[in-house]
Parts: sequence; C-alpha cells; structure tokens
Amino acid sequence: MLLFIEQVLNGLQLGFMLFLLSAGLTLVFGVMNLINLAHGSFYMVGAYVAATVMQATGSFLLALLVGLIMAGLCGLLVEVIVLRHLYKRDHLDQVLATFGLILFFNEGTRMIWGRQPLFMQVPELFSGSVEILPGIPYPVYRLLIIVTGLLVATGLYLLINHTRLGMRIRAGASNRSMIAALGVNIRWLYSLVFALGALLAGFAGVMAAPLFAVESGMGESILILTFVVIVIGGIGSVKGALLGALLVGLVDTLGRAFLPDLLQWMSASDNANSIAASLSSMGIYLLMAAILAFKPRGLFPAG
Amino acid sequence: MPDIILYTKNLCKSYAGLQANTDLNIQLIQGEIHALIGPNGAGKSTAIAQLSGELVPSSGSIYFNGKDVTLMPVYERARMGLSRSFQVTSVFEEMSVQENLALAIQAHHGHSFYFWAAIQKNKLLNQQAAELATQFGLLEHLDLAAGALAHGEKRQLEIALTLAGNPQVLLLDEPMAGIGPGGSKELTRLLDGLRGQYSILLVEHDMDAVFALADRISVLVYGELIATGTVQEIRANEEVQKAYLGVST
Repeated sequence: MLLFIEQVLNGLQLGFMLFLLSAGLTLVFGVMNLINLAHGSFYMVGAYVAATVMQATGSFLLALLVGLIMAGLCGLLVEVIVLRHLYKRDHLDQVLATFGLILFFNEGTRMIWGRQPLFMQVPELFSGSVEILPGIPYPVYRLLIIVTGLLVATGLYLLINHTRLGMRIRAGASNRSMIAALGVNIRWLYSLVFALGALLAGFAGVMAAPLFAVESGMGESILILTFVVIVIGGIGSVKGALLGALLVGLVDTLGRAFLPDLLQWMSASDNANSIAASLSSMGIYLLMAAILAFKPRGLFPAG
Repeated sequence: MPDIILYTKNLCKSYAGLQANTDLNIQLIQGEIHALIGPNGAGKSTAIAQLSGELVPSSGSIYFNGKDVTLMPVYERARMGLSRSFQVTSVFEEMSVQENLALAIQAHHGHSFYFWAAIQKNKLLNQQAAELATQFGLLEHLDLAAGALAHGEKRQLEIALTLAGNPQVLLLDEPMAGIGPGGSKELTRLLDGLRGQYSILLVEHDMDAVFALADRISVLVYGELIATGTVQEIRANEEVQKAYLGVST
C-alpha cells in the first residue's frame, strides 16, 4: 500500500512533467498544423541554462527565470527564422527540418557545455522529504513538481478559456483560415503560441534538471512520450494533453512498478519477470492503441 | 462613372501549368451585389482566394479603395474592410455562438494590452454580439456551441462573423451550398437586407438566389471572364447560354 501511494505520486509527477511538454506541442500542432520534432530541444535548453545559472549563482529562482526566458527566446527565434516558412509545406518537410534542428541543438549544447553531463542540485529549500501520510515520506521536490504542474494547468486553463488571447488560440486551433479572414494577425499569434510552447517545455526542463542528468539528447527520449500523450489526448486540445499526460505518467510508472509482481503471482513461470519487463515498457503504447481503437482522434479532438 | 471599390487588372493564376484564372478584369461597384457564376472548375474560388489574399496571383494586380493590395496579407486586407466567407462552412465549432461573434468583433484590435483582458465581462462586446445575433436570428442560440447549430444557422452565423468587423466589401463563396431550399430562401432574404450597405461579390450556384439578388453578373468559363452585365443582359447573352446555362439556340 505504501509503495502504491508512492508510485501513484511518482506517476503524477511524470504526468505533470509530460503535461508541461505536451501542452505546447499540442497547441503548435493544433494551431499551426506544424509537426515539431525539436520540441524536446527547448526542454534541453531550459535544463542546461538552469543548471548553469544554478551552479554560478546558487539561486534556484534565478535559474528558473533565466531558463524560462532562454527557452522561450530560443522558441521565438526558431519560429521566426526557420519554422515560419514551413507552415504551408508538407508534414514531411517539417519533420526533416525540425529533425535538423534537433541535430543543431544537440551539437550546439556539446560545443558550449562539452560532452560531460551536468548535474544540478535540488534547491535547498525543497530538499529532504515530508511525511505525506504517517510513515510515508516523499521527496519535497517531487511534490513541488506536482504542485507547479497543477498551477500551470490552472493558469493555462484561465489563459485559454477566459482571455482574448486564449479565444484566438482556440479559434486558431478550430479554423485556421477563418481567423485570418476575420482580421487577426496570425503571424504574430503563431509566434506567440510557439514561444509559449517553448517556454513551457523549458519549464519542464528546469524542473527535470535536478532529477536527471542534464545532457545532450535528453530531449528526445521524453519527446516520444510527449507525442504519445498528444495522440492520446487529441491533437490541439490542452485539456486532452493534461488528461493524456496523467494517464501516460500513471500507466508507465505503475506498470513498471507492479506488473512484474502481478505476473509472477498469476503464473509462477520463470519467464514472468522478463515478460513483465517488456510488457511494462510497452504499456503506454498498448494504452494508446486501445484508446485510438475507440476514439481514433484522441480523447478530446479539437478542430 | 460609378465608384468602383474593388477591381482587378489582368489577374492571372496558374498552378503547375494549369491556367486557373486568365486576365481577369472584375470591377465591383460600391453598394452592388455582383454575382460571379460559372461551371465547376471555372476558377471562381481561385478568384475569391486571390481577392481575399489567401492566394498570391501569378501576375496582374488587385486594387481595393484605390490602393494596390495584390501582395497584402489576408488579415491586413480584412482590417481594411475586405471580408470573406468560405465555401466550406467556417465557424469555430467548439466555441459558443457568443464567443464566435465576440472574437470576430474584436479581431481587428491587434496589439493592445486589451489582449489579456477577460472576455466575458466586457459589456460593450456582449451587447454588440447580441445585436448581431438578433439581426441573424441567432439570439436564442447565443450559449450553444456553434458546432451544434443546424447547417443553415451555421451559414447565418458565418455571414454574421464576416460582418462583425464592419467591412466595406463582402466576398461570399457559395453561401447557399448545402442548406436546402428553405435555408437558401432565408439566406437570400438576409443578404437582400444587406443591399446598399455593403458591396458584395457573390459566388453562387443556386441560380434562383443569383437572379433574385444580383445587380450585375459576371460569367467565368475556363478561367476567363466571358461576359458581365445585368441579369437581363446575361440571360440574353448567347455566348453565356451556350457555355453555361445549357440552353441550345
């Protein structure tokens, strides 16, 4: 039971991390119809910048701030210089170009920071653990990720449903050509949405930096999960991204934690362990296949 | 000489060798309803898309209010007062009728700090949205998602959206498509009510609606304008009858 609660929290923490990444990716896909493989690069930029600032100044708040700004700025530059020219092109062209951007960013971080991974301390204020229930300690920093994820989700909800900018974003995801015909400057809207998405990815990167090694290519492993999330959630829907992210986070974490025991208990076979290992790493893909079988456009299709 | 609000000069568009529009010279007179008709594939939608700015012409130019707008992006033309509707119904399906209208009303206010303001609380915006909804018979559906409207009502909403920014010119691409005889009668009545207030270029296949509404008609065949004139002149035009109306003489 103790282990279960802990694993649920771990699942939520992974889920909120994935949400930060997928919210931006799903908006960019939904509003601009752009496939951006380089989304993980902004996650990496956020992590590298935060780790560097943290090492230099020791201030987590400053690291967070600079990390967010740099990730958002990178996003804005990439949109204006490269991606703006690709909206009307084929998805294959977009895949090729953004794959090129991945190589560019990965090589760039190697040139600036070298091949050795960076490590970032958990900020002192949030190190250690608390007892969430009597006898169940849990690291404060992981709780912090859950809380900030919730805050960002709330903030995004307010932004998208209750402001004029949000109204335009929703309208853009619903009908791209009509919103331009009504007189909305979509170039500017696109840049803004893209920068916002990059900033959220950077946020995930900053939060992840104390938990994982900050290294070149760290964006790609999580990018695959992020794509699974937006496909499950329905492309273009932030609500879908939230639900999809939490589902993927929980299924992945709980599957890895409990499937081996479960299988061993059901069939006393010697192979149970290795079967469980491969099954649990397939878990989220099985989930995706099952959801797509019933809802081919995801849980909350937009547009 | 009547005031011409929108005209093209030798407008051409070709796709990979296929000539969709050849030397189009269309003139839209201030306040008229001008129908653009022609068989499928004649290049009507291509012409509308160039006028509104979605397509860049291969050659030739477009003038709106005396200004060359040939290369101006869609949203800038819209802000100048050139508004369009689409052949495929284009409303924001997931948003309420109220939100659709509010969005269209304030779409022109570009870069203000206003941008971050809450939407629901703005009285003036709500009032304007309600007025438009009343004009188009949508008042009782204000809180309904636009996607839940009947097809004819969606079409009415779409026209309301194109009017929300106080345009001078409306480019309507087959507004009657797929709404049935009852719906097209209602829409014809609505469009007739706009006569004189806006200059309207109407692409339409429903000939009853065209003959009821148009002050003038231009006929497009294989990308070329073969005739422009009043309803009587076009009905009497032999070339038009041969090419389009299918009457053998």
